[in-house]
Amino acid sequence: MNTTSTHFVPPRRFEIYETTLNQVSMWEENFKNNGGIYIPNSIIIPTDAKQDSLSDDTSHGTPHKFDQEASTSRHPDKTQRRLAQNREAARKSRLRKKAYVQQLETSRLKLIHLEQELDRARQQGFYEGNRVDTNALGFSVKMSSGIVAFEMEYGHWVEEQNRQISELRTVLQGQVSDVELRLLVDNAMKHYFQLFRMKSAAAKIDVFYIMSGMWKTSAERFFMWIGGFRPSELLKVLLPHFDPLMDQQVLDVCNLRQSCQQAEDAVSQGMEKLQHTLTDSVAAGNLGEGSYIPQITCAMERLEALVSFVDQADHLRHETLQQMHRILTTRQAARGLLALGEYFQRLRALSSSWATRQREPT
Amino acid sequence: MDKVMRLSSEKGVVIFSKSSCCLSYAVQVLFQDLGVSPKIHEIDKDPECREMEKALMRLGCSKPVPAVFIGGKLVGSTNEVMSMHLSSSLVPLVKPYIC
Repeated sequence: MNTTSTHFVPPRRFEIYETTLNQVSMWEENFKNNGGIYIPNSIIIPTDAKQDSLSDDTSHGTPHKFDQEASTSRHPDKTQRRLAQNREAARKSRLRKKAYVQQLETSRLKLIHLEQELDRARQQGFYEGNRVDTNALGFSVKMSSGIVAFEMEYGHWVEEQNRQISELRTVLQGQVSDVELRLLVDNAMKHYFQLFRMKSAAAKIDVFYIMSGMWKTSAERFFMWIGGFRPSELLKVLLPHFDPLMDQQVLDVCNLRQSCQQAEDAVSQGMEKLQHTLTDSVAAGNLGEGSYIPQITCAMERLEALVSFVDQADHLRHETLQQMHRILTTRQAARGLLALGEYFQRLRALSSSWATRQREPT
Repeated sequence: MDKVMRLSSEKGVVIFSKSSCCLSYAVQVLFQDLGVSPKIHEIDKDPECREMEKALMRLGCSKPVPAVFIGGKLVGSTNEVMSMHLSSSLVPLVKPYIC
């Protein structure tokens, strides 16, 4: 008996092993130790194509015949049958495992998708007016993951904003030290600056989205100027809350109002020019010939400029807040930030009320 | 660089811009609103556009345009001009050049 010869065990379906008698007993051991599940150690399992040619090479010819005379010792039939059963069990096990892993992957993706939907739904409940408007108009916006992330972040931002406003309100009703108040004011300022950073990142992903204000409630959108609130509007809202102002402060506020208006007007005119040049580049060439390829590059370049306009508008908002902070005392700044926060809260509440009113049947 | 330095001192307020740059236009509008007539150099119409761009960047501008010079000194781009104006430090600077 040649114990080291190659044994072609039939590819009942697909597998052929090159093995020795020692390996046969190793398998049996393996099989027993692994609870009946066969786990090959160092077996070479060639592909189907190879198998076909190999089986053709066997001297016995028929693929289903066991070639065992040279291999087994005492109970050839039993061993070979057990081996075949091992292989079959192992193969089935691998197929089951593969199916299970695929199922896990699909479920995982589904879970992520559901989590995102849930967050969006939570926001819908929060900003009723916002979503109703878009649905009524039939918008179905396909949002990139960056924008979806921005919407979620913005939801958190508003929650934190509301918390800060409540805290300011409570604290200002009682006795509070300037030190503690300064901390709250600084946090509120940082919170606004954080929003500007978020918007800047989102504008790079989809500037039209930021410009459209789809992430805001309808009433807020109505007052929008280049992707956010008007700096001059901010000053108009806050001013009544600062009386009494010292003389120097009155002067400073007056200067700020004027320069804010001038800066806003300048940027607005720049925006108008951008719109004109964009119209020109879209309408360039011969309309009606159905060819837009050459002009589209020019138009795309114009659109890039839109991102810098959104950034500039936020820069004006940032600087206006900063200057107010510089001019006012800590206590005045706290009252101002509370007033500003409540103003936006009221706009959001107005949006909800309006949306609910429209839903009622006439 | 020499060209840039020479041009920047030609007038009290000099703005380097490009004909397609709308933020440059916004800065121009702001100065006009303050009573200043800035000298505008549209570098994209200049044959040495590339060199001028590099020179402006080397002077410290994050973007080549708009680049604002007041009294021959570089003030900055849109951000700097707007910040200065809101902090009331722009008007004193351009006062000598108001017509």
